[in-house]
Amino acid sequence: MRKVKVYITLKEGVLDPQGKAVQNSLESLEFNNVHDVRVGKYMELMVEDTENIEAEVDRMCDKLLANPVIEDYTYKIEEVV
Amino acid sequence: MKFAVVVFPGSNCDRDMYFAVKDALGEEAELVWYKEADLSGFDAILLPGGFSYGDYLRSGAIASTSPVIEQILAAAEAGKPVLGVCNGFQILLEIGLLPGAMLPNEHLKFMCHYETLVVENADTMFTKHYEDKEEIRIPIAHGDGNYFCDEQTHQQLLDNNQIAFTYQSNPNGSVGDIAGITNEQGNVLGMMPHPERAVEALLGNDDGLRLFQSILTHWRNTHAINA
Repeated sequence: MRKVKVYITLKEGVLDPQGKAVQNSLESLEFNNVHDVRVGKYMELMVEDTENIEAEVDRMCDKLLANPVIEDYTYKIEEVV
Repeated sequence: MKFAVVVFPGSNCDRDMYFAVKDALGEEAELVWYKEADLSGFDAILLPGGFSYGDYLRSGAIASTSPVIEQILAAAEAGKPVLGVCNGFQILLEIGLLPGAMLPNEHLKFMCHYETLVVENADTMFTKHYEDKEEIRIPIAHGDGNYFCDEQTHQQLLDNNQIAFTYQSNPNGSVGDIAGITNEQGNVLGMMPHPERAVEALLGNDDGLRLFQSILTHWRNTHAINA
């Protein structure tokens, strides 16, 4: 078994109203040094170990986990201890 | 004419859609549960609004993996009218029948009120009972209605006359004020505003009824049926 950590982020150039709201809230807490906030998603998948696990995870991301029109994804595959 | 209204767990405008067809338009309609749906006997497919699967992951994303989607793709391929309203539009985007994606509204608020739409293309099977550039009043009710596509896709939509409706005053940040688009063939329409909520003058407004009448007229013309 492997633990797959998937990070989904909005593509550059796609406006992130949620990130903007978070940034404004940080500002209201007087964190005036924050120039941008982008909110993404993080998922952990426990996946059976196979030879082509990377290709499998790519397919999962392309087909469902991320929407390629607005989102990019990266992932890390870790040993389960 | 027989309309299927596909019901997903979390759909909540399915009955409005059903009554729009059955009572306001006066045609046959059936609510079909997404798991048991056999769409082969229907002349048009309607995907209603709501929050299928609680909008988990992204609006429409989980519904896009249901087996019924294969049948919706087949109906679209066969040239049948496929209309997705609100969450139905989001599902059409997720399954790739229409280009683009939905983002949260620019100001993050769920909005539920009337908007003025401009009919940008009255030469589709969904809009032939409207006039080009006609202004109509249709309610919106959405949190994720901020239509997004890249510039190239937007240009293609413009070049191919795929923009059916725009907002006169953009409420949600949509690219090009887009409220509704069709596929290139013109038989799939996705729109965020709810025409099925505006089909009876008694309830304030029937601007949405002509959308359903357009589908019917198109169907009658192509089937040469004189009703």
